[in-house]
Amino acid sequence: MNFDFSEDTGAMREEVRRILRDRFPRGAVRQAVDAGARFDREFWAMLGEMGWLGVAIPERFGGSELGYEALCMIAEEVGAALPPVPFLSTIFAGEALTLFGSEAQRAKWLPRLASGEAIGCLALAGDDAVKLPVVDGDIADIAVVSRSDGLYLVKLEGTAREKIETLDLIRTSVRLTLPAAMERLEGADVPRLLDRLAILVAFEQVGGTQAALDMAVGYAQERYAFGRAIASFQAIKHKLAEIYVALELARSNAYYGAYALEDEADLPVAASAARIAASKAFSLAAQENIQTHGGMGFTWESDCHLYYRRARELALNLGSARYWRDRLIDHLDKAA
Amino acid sequence: MMDFGDTPEEAAFRAEARAFLDAHMKLKAKGAHVSRAMTPDDVAASKAWQRLKAENGFAGILWPKAYGGREGTPMQQIIFGQEEDRYAVPTTVFNQGVGMAMPTVMTFGTPEQLARYPRPALFGDEVWCQLFSEPAAGSDLAGLRTRAVRDGDDWVINGQKIWTSYAHFADFGMLVVRTDPNVAKHAGLTFFLIDMKTPGIDIRPIKQISGASNFSEVFFDEVRIPDSQRLGAVGEGWKVALTMLANERFTVGKAEGPDFDDIFALARQTDLGGIRAVDDSAVRERLADWYVKTAGLKYTRLRSQTALSRGKAPGPENSILKLVSAPKLQEIATFGIDLLDMAGTITDPEIAAMHGLFQQALLYAPSKRIAGGTDEILRNIIAERVLGLPADIRADKGLAFNQIPTGAR
Repeated sequence: MNFDFSEDTGAMREEVRRILRDRFPRGAVRQAVDAGARFDREFWAMLGEMGWLGVAIPERFGGSELGYEALCMIAEEVGAALPPVPFLSTIFAGEALTLFGSEAQRAKWLPRLASGEAIGCLALAGDDAVKLPVVDGDIADIAVVSRSDGLYLVKLEGTAREKIETLDLIRTSVRLTLPAAMERLEGADVPRLLDRLAILVAFEQVGGTQAALDMAVGYAQERYAFGRAIASFQAIKHKLAEIYVALELARSNAYYGAYALEDEADLPVAASAARIAASKAFSLAAQENIQTHGGMGFTWESDCHLYYRRARELALNLGSARYWRDRLIDHLDKAA
Repeated sequence: MMDFGDTPEEAAFRAEARAFLDAHMKLKAKGAHVSRAMTPDDVAASKAWQRLKAENGFAGILWPKAYGGREGTPMQQIIFGQEEDRYAVPTTVFNQGVGMAMPTVMTFGTPEQLARYPRPALFGDEVWCQLFSEPAAGSDLAGLRTRAVRDGDDWVINGQKIWTSYAHFADFGMLVVRTDPNVAKHAGLTFFLIDMKTPGIDIRPIKQISGASNFSEVFFDEVRIPDSQRLGAVGEGWKVALTMLANERFTVGKAEGPDFDDIFALARQTDLGGIRAVDDSAVRERLADWYVKTAGLKYTRLRSQTALSRGKAPGPENSILKLVSAPKLQEIATFGIDLLDMAGTITDPEIAAMHGLFQQALLYAPSKRIAGGTDEILRNIIAERVLGLPADIRADKGLAFNQIPTGAR
């Protein structure tokens, strides 16, 4: 029985966490947003140098090929820290190209995605002519675009893009009008891609859930009312305990997802369950974190809203709960 | 990379366990859900099976060899449990004695007690029961009122215990009583090993909401017990009781009764005005939720087992298991009945869907949310021990037991 991350991944996690905490202490991300500097180019270059972007990319294409376990772990820590970099978008594009790109497409783009030299994004929402919202579409060099007849690779330089407001303050989205010149990704299996990406997102959601829970636990111990820490009231304790329960259910399902990234036999079920559990846990933690903070949690400066906003964005970015419930139940029904 | 396989040592032990089980027991029939009160024949069968396991080194896997155990690993205990669960073995009456009571005796017992009790319990000769809860002391167990007063070399016990399993069949009980009401509630308790045939003990079955009786009340009327039957020091009863309850975690298994597979099967075979229930979006929402919880519990157990397999202590994630599974059982039972529409109220197993599985579960599921720590107590435990939140402010803190405010009693 070996159903946990390896000791190596655990050691690397400590390093990843330390770097993120040093760079983005509490409040730093919000202050960057306030200053209008959403994208931290310097940190992005660091990520490329440290190899975080290439852990799942084959060595012959410039990655370290450490594997998906390391990628899941990094996604979890990124989900907790919310750094203003297009991490997930670039991983999405890299995964699509790794799975379905031609040899030439992979040779051209994967090394640049692994080093951070190029930024990728994924464009799912919208129709066959216009995609929106496209997260990180303002700074991306390439987009992997879904259309009714398959997946395409689009070079974004010179394409029509206009910024649109979304719930996400940290990452900018655009409306992307698709150009005539697009490279088709032959034989792309979109549901399979979504399954794999959903598992990576589940780890981001687990990280966000843990961070929101940690915030609520910390605040409840500091805040006094009626002469005692509010953390001593059962109404608060039980609320936070329920978040912990949802978090552990999400984490355990996500771990099975990480397993299914390597052994795809049960991929649709593992991905759907990981997605459903993680979306639910993050939504609960993000909203109850605000509630635990009371009026303070409703202020811009509390930072609670960063998770509240991100929870919705991650719950929808690969299709809403209905799609994933149907995928789960349909597969269980077929297997029964 | 993650894998679900055994290590070579674990695989060898699993093969050994399977060979033993194959030689003596048949595999369970598929879909067998039997729920009924224990008869004397059932107890005899459980005793015989316990002896056979003990003689072959599978009863006391974690026990010291000195008492007939294997001195094995927690992983071996889990593996044997997984394998035994596949076979139609007799319902056991030894969980409390072997899993909880005797490990506590091994921690606190006198040489005489150690020579006398563990071995007969392991080899199926003596059944033990637990005499902890009282009508006025459940979640607040330390508020118990059954009194023991010293009289020469004996103690004289008066009071009442409740929710005792196997009381009728038990040879001995693990009894915690109040020996000093003039000190704080936790400080005035003492622990005894009591012979259930002692004069003055009266055992009465409790009729549960289902009409069945799986537990008893045990009354003590001037019951004399020698001081040599005391386990631990006078006033140390709370510590002994906590030790025993800590061992409970190793014995609590998976909750029986309808789970995701059962409600999924029912939803696939139930017609909702022309479509299968499983194709209805409202039904799907519930099914997806239960699947995710069921899978989450399964993989949480595997995470804990991984820690054990690596020779480490499991993490705190274990604490969610009962808090998720018990309410889920109740929800599934209720939803299963509702899916059956007006026929859902039929309890007759000859007529009811799936032999009344959901109806039966409706009437025992409430106990799962109460026994072994209520949902509310479990949330307190997670909040305090896992999240590090402060303990409740207590109205009885610093008071002697006999000064604590009470209700009608």
